[in-house]
Amino acid sequence: MRLESSPVLEVNKLSKSFNSFQAVKEVSFELYRGEILGLLGPNGAGKTTIIHMLLGLTLPTSGEIRIFGLNPEKSRQREKILGRMNFSSTYVAMPYSLKVRESLMVFAGLYGVKKPRQKIDALIEQFDLKDSANKAVRTLSSGQMTRLNLAKAFINDPEILLLDEPTASLDPDIADRTRNYLIEVKKTKNMAILYTSHNMREMEAISDHLLFLHHGEIIARGTPAEVVRHFRGENLEEVFLKIAREVEV
Amino acid sequence: MSFRRISAMFLRHTYLYRHSFTRLIEIVYWPLLDLLLWGFVSVYITKLTSQGQTTPNFLAIFLGALILWDILFRSQQGISVSFLEEVWARNFLNLFVSPLTISEYLVSLMLVSLFKVVVVFLVSSLLAWLLYSFNLFIIGLHLLPFMINLIIMGWSIGLLTTAFILRFGQQAEVLAWGIAVLFQPVSAVFYPVSVLPHFLQVIASYVPASYVFEGMRAVIMGQSFPSGYLLKSFGLNFVYLVLALILFFHMFRVVKVKGLLVHMGE
Repeated sequence: MRLESSPVLEVNKLSKSFNSFQAVKEVSFELYRGEILGLLGPNGAGKTTIIHMLLGLTLPTSGEIRIFGLNPEKSRQREKILGRMNFSSTYVAMPYSLKVRESLMVFAGLYGVKKPRQKIDALIEQFDLKDSANKAVRTLSSGQMTRLNLAKAFINDPEILLLDEPTASLDPDIADRTRNYLIEVKKTKNMAILYTSHNMREMEAISDHLLFLHHGEIIARGTPAEVVRHFRGENLEEVFLKIAREVEV
Repeated sequence: MSFRRISAMFLRHTYLYRHSFTRLIEIVYWPLLDLLLWGFVSVYITKLTSQGQTTPNFLAIFLGALILWDILFRSQQGISVSFLEEVWARNFLNLFVSPLTISEYLVSLMLVSLFKVVVVFLVSSLLAWLLYSFNLFIIGLHLLPFMINLIIMGWSIGLLTTAFILRFGQQAEVLAWGIAVLFQPVSAVFYPVSVLPHFLQVIASYVPASYVFEGMRAVIMGQSFPSGYLLKSFGLNFVYLVLALILFFHMFRVVKVKGLLVHMGE
């Protein structure tokens, strides 16, 4: 259920072409506070490109993005927007020569966090990084690195969080705790979360709404149950496999 | 010993040259620059001895030149290698999804570069004094504008390098180590500009560092300090820094349009 009428993020007819290849085709959607919106689709569907455009790392070919009602293409507005949101991806790491605590200290500075030491202590506790807090980032396992990335993503108490496969390299226990934490902060802090994952059970469990992307287009949207029903499937995994294998649905 | 395994490894390395123009160029790049640099040093010494001129204080000239050249080199590396650190660490995206602006990022790189320069300068000067009884501070107050000019030229080269790495990816990484050295023969670091052939003298006249090193030699040899050189050096540096900044900002936008920025950190 969408909790309020004005979305924190609005995407209107967003498109991106790389030469003749159209990666994203006229995609429109909205993200509300207290909502987890799952972006779903096979590799190359355009999920990551959309996230990169929302973060201003890739410029759209056409279309419009509004975050907190501001335009991220304008540099002053972009600064304001980015201070209120954050991002984590399995494919992005942290400064490997620094220690975990030092690394978080740098990001606390970048996000202008007040009382950074207290915030970092809390995040280290939350993401089970106590044993590695004084270790160099380069020595972390992939699971620890993912947790560090997530800790970084919460450093500024973001109002919008963009997560690109955040649980991809976590063991089932930590992945489950992370999901529960995300559901909790969504509720308690009224946070808006845009989420991508290739774990269909996870997407079904965590997402309030889903956008199913294929070849850069949204081919279905709704709650997980609505999307499964739309494709007459048993569950999301079956639907995903049908679409990824280009089976007529 | 398996010939097959050895040739597989040989192939593994030669494949790199097939796919990378920069690696191919690198094979001839360094020997060519060494040849040019030491060739002109030899020409300079030969000229001095054959003309029966008073031999200048080579120790002071070479050590002074070496320390000052290192200022330019470290200043450039402070920009381009610090940038590469983020790329290697796959941390680049994390920075640019934070409120950090590109101007703030560049200023921070310049500060890092300044810090490196100060440390390198102090250590080299101390070692030159301890090991060779050479006191760089005989250059006196002129040392400061010399250093400022070399730092600014280093920043311009660093920005240029970084702009190319942004655009062409990690295969342009080699520029971070190689591009400053390209300016060394025409910067007249270890010999006067007059040693160079005419066409290289023309090029040297557009290189800010050449005026600094000519000035340094003049001061060490007890001649009057050519203040016009300093002005030319500052003027050229101003133009190059502005151009380098324009190029960097332009490239930053181009890579965002082409979606290449995201590959920097992944």
